[in-house]
Amino acid sequence: MPNRICRFFIILASAAVLASCEGTFGAKEDDAAAPGAGTTESGTGDAGSTATTAGVDSSGAFQGHPLDDPSSPLSNRTVYFEFDSSEIMPQDREIIQAHARYLAANTSASVTLEGHADERGTREYNIALGERRANAVRQLMTLTGASGQQIRTVSYGEERPVAEGHDEESWRLNRRVEVIYRTR
Amino acid sequence: MTSTLRWIVIALCFAGAAAQAQQDVLKIRITQGREGAQPIAIAPFGWTGTSALPPVPIGQVIGDDLARSGRFNPVPFADLPSEPNRVEDVNFQDFRILGTPNLVIGTLTELASGRFSVEFRLFDVFSAKQLTGFQTEASLPELRRKAHQISDIIYERLTGERGAFDTRIAYVTEARGADDSRRYTLSIADSDGHNPHTVLESSAPVLSPNWSPDGRSLAYVSFEGNRPRIYIQDLASGQRDAVSSFPGLNGAPSFSPDGSRLALTLSKDGNPEIYVLYIRSKRLQRITNNPAIDTEPAWSPDGRSLVFTSDRGGKPNIYRVDAGGGREERLTFEGQYNSRAIFAPAGNKIAFVHNREGAFRIATLDLENGALRVLTDTRLDESPSFAPNGSMILYATSDAEGSSLAAVSTDGGVRQRLGVELQAVREPAWSPFRTP
Repeated sequence: MPNRICRFFIILASAAVLASCEGTFGAKEDDAAAPGAGTTESGTGDAGSTATTAGVDSSGAFQGHPLDDPSSPLSNRTVYFEFDSSEIMPQDREIIQAHARYLAANTSASVTLEGHADERGTREYNIALGERRANAVRQLMTLTGASGQQIRTVSYGEERPVAEGHDEESWRLNRRVEVIYRTR
Repeated sequence: MTSTLRWIVIALCFAGAAAQAQQDVLKIRITQGREGAQPIAIAPFGWTGTSALPPVPIGQVIGDDLARSGRFNPVPFADLPSEPNRVEDVNFQDFRILGTPNLVIGTLTELASGRFSVEFRLFDVFSAKQLTGFQTEASLPELRRKAHQISDIIYERLTGERGAFDTRIAYVTEARGADDSRRYTLSIADSDGHNPHTVLESSAPVLSPNWSPDGRSLAYVSFEGNRPRIYIQDLASGQRDAVSSFPGLNGAPSFSPDGSRLALTLSKDGNPEIYVLYIRSKRLQRITNNPAIDTEPAWSPDGRSLVFTSDRGGKPNIYRVDAGGGREERLTFEGQYNSRAIFAPAGNKIAFVHNREGAFRIATLDLENGALRVLTDTRLDESPSFAPNGSMILYATSDAEGSSLAAVSTDGGVRQRLGVELQAVREPAWSPFRTP
């Protein structure tokens, strides 16, 4: 007979859209967390619709939370990898270090680094590969000044692809680590 | 067919469909049969009981089992010269003309108790001699298993090899909801795809099901709570224990042949390594100690060694180590990537995923002479699992049509595809032989 297991909701939060300027836009929207779950996790899609506004001063500079500045490297939350590799690409170093400096400057901020792999090869090996990728990003972050306490890692291997095709472009998009802010 | 009978057949089809709507049946399609598969005549079993049609078409189940092995070619019922149920009704000359060396006949009888009596006989057509037969009683839910047991007896009598029709398979399906949410279901079914039962349903990924040697439990990895843990679940009761939930990875569980230990992968000590967990005492024994990824352990049938995947040489390859730890010996040297090895039941071969020129295929390596043989010609194969008699390998495959299971005989001559409509199917695990 079907075994009833608690259903855990995937927490939908779109970090790029949510604003957290003090009191201006209200509480961050999160779906119910799984009871007893330690980490929150973001998926694709919005929890609900939130509008954000930002003031524009005469110089045109972005005014709002640095994590929401579209011109800042902090708006980039995904870094990519070559097949079967956990080596950080030169163009991604700046992004990772920007997040690390943000964490160093905001000691109450915290992230989960989610490691992923493309579908090729075998599943458990891919989970290990995803973990190695997340650890590589973590290591660069701590070397750049973030504290290990602010960083958690998890690997989904090939289990949570963003692209479903069986082609090079889909595979490229799936070989990634996502930087997910749990607290800002 | 009279119109009354046609009505009953339609009603039964709808009843069957309603029952199956609860859980989609795994459908099996033979995509390549063996050349020289032996013709065999199986007459529909004679039925005596209160309903017009038998609850289980025993002759059909046997025919489908033998066909699936790839070694037999049952004659369609419509082409049989007659449908005898008793030896005195058999005209052996008719079957000699048909050209089938063997004939199976039988009966299914409903008893006053509500149970059923099943009887079958296997004949050598040319000598008109009975080779084997038995009569037994069973309850309604046991009838399909009885048919599979008969298939096993026939198969062993005619090939000399033990049959594996009375077995089960575990597998994972992934379904998409209307809101694009994913639902993962770990199921078990008979090895002909019938009788599916849900073991676990989850909104988080489930993988790596592994049968205990007594067939009563499954170990598996579940990402409930957004982290991987290993559970062992008793199939009859649905009760389960989280046996491994260390920080980091908990993965790739593999029961030892005596059922007392679980080999698994943990990264709690810095990177993925192989450990052996003593299930009752919870004692953990570390097997590998290497900065590389070491994962996907599997036991030899004698319980004395483990094979596993390691990329310590730069790319994933298969290594072997004594079950207590010690010197690790590399086994694979060909291709660009070799992973997820399992031993054949006879212990003389391993099957694994082998990549050459961009295609990930199932291959076997003969451990005695080092011969490597690629068995599949698809491009995205994974998760090989041997039938307990070593005759077939079940695995998962993906292509433009989606993700489904497939099976190939160990000589590559017989191939099947197994799928569930509208769902991705993967992570197959073939059960051990069932104890009656």
